[in-house]
Amino acid sequence: MRGRAHTLPAVDTPETLATLDSVSVRAGSVHILRSVDLSIRSGEVIGVFGANGAGKTTLLRVLATLLAPSGGSGAVLGATLGTEDRYEVRPRIGYVGHVPGLYPELTLGENLGFVADARGLSHDEGSRALASVGLGGAIDRITERCSHGMMRRAEFARILMTAPDLLLLDEPHSALDADAVDLVDTLVHRTIDAGGAAVLVSHDRERVARLSDRTVEISGGTIA
Amino acid sequence: MIPFMAQVRTIARRDLIRERRSGEVVWVTIPFGGIALLMVPLAIGTDAPTLQRIGPGLFWTIVMLFGVLISIRQTNAETVPQRDQVALTGLDPAAIYVGRATASFFLLVVFQLVLGVVTIVLYDVPVDGAVAFPLLIVLVGAGLALLGTLAAAIVSTGSSATALVPLLVAPLSIPLLIGASQTLEALRLGRSSLAWTLLMIVTVLVLAVAGVLAARPLQETG
Repeated sequence: MRGRAHTLPAVDTPETLATLDSVSVRAGSVHILRSVDLSIRSGEVIGVFGANGAGKTTLLRVLATLLAPSGGSGAVLGATLGTEDRYEVRPRIGYVGHVPGLYPELTLGENLGFVADARGLSHDEGSRALASVGLGGAIDRITERCSHGMMRRAEFARILMTAPDLLLLDEPHSALDADAVDLVDTLVHRTIDAGGAAVLVSHDRERVARLSDRTVEISGGTIA
Repeated sequence: MIPFMAQVRTIARRDLIRERRSGEVVWVTIPFGGIALLMVPLAIGTDAPTLQRIGPGLFWTIVMLFGVLISIRQTNAETVPQRDQVALTGLDPAAIYVGRATASFFLLVVFQLVLGVVTIVLYDVPVDGAVAFPLLIVLVGAGLALLGTLAAAIVSTGSSATALVPLLVAPLSIPLLIGASQTLEALRLGRSSLAWTLLMIVTVLVLAVAGVLAARPLQETG
């Protein structure tokens, strides 16, 4: 299914990076996820499809350890969901939501610089990452004056800088021009080449299916 | 992971840059605080002894009300996607709490200094307790910063309404208000202000410990 031109490094035994076992998430009386089972192994790219409100973003936030399940169990990068372990593994997770998590008052460079400071990296790495996504000339631009596509590129730059083991992308192709679409492929390939895994949530079935090793369909909070 | 104090500096620097760009405190909160101090004499008259008597109490009341708005703003203004990204940086939630409170503390010190000058000028307040004023500014600034940051973190979890902030903040800011006003009053009357100062120090410590202990559960946005 995946149409990558390059070769993956040899992986003797794919390590399980994340598992969800009958995971449910409720918001009040509303069931957002119901008994979701999912296993993600290193070197694997999974595409997740589904209608609006199906629970795709919630699934990603559970995998990002940002949302504790209401029921069931699971582990991400060795950390049991809902336990204190999640704080240890969060820096190894790269998550790009469909709404930018940048600070509009800061410049693009300052946004990346903030992450660099938090991770103990140099600001030069942030500048290099921005340059590598085509934003080298916009480092000093205030984020609220950037287009949505530029913000997404900046978020991809953050992923390039932090090199996560588990990459979670929510609607990664939205608001992107043709060049930036290739960035998504680059991010995914870099992650799996380093032994990580990627989960892509999208409505763009054709593009994501081409990138993915397998796809899952989510409907009414349940994986079909 | 980087050292705790480096994490605190990272968060505080981010919040202060955001504030410098938005200008909310300088261009909105401080002028409104000044206007509030100006309106009281217009409402009750310009009887000098009365204004001198109520000036310090009025100053602290306005500092409490507007100061809380300053300290809750940064946390409240943060969106869920922004909080998610901060969480994924791996920063210690306790450092995030202390960092946010540190940024608010600096803003509150500036706020109090400006309003203090306005109060002295408008109300002709004698500066008998001036020696204690720096200490009071620090304690009130620290207390309000810790309190507002904690309250905003509680409501930002999504399980409580923002309207609850005043209900959380009002009772907990009373020891700071009483401590600050009574310290100045004790100094004016030549009495010991130690008990009132200790009350404020204990309040600040309790808020700091509560905020640090609650930081992890409060980071989960639901």
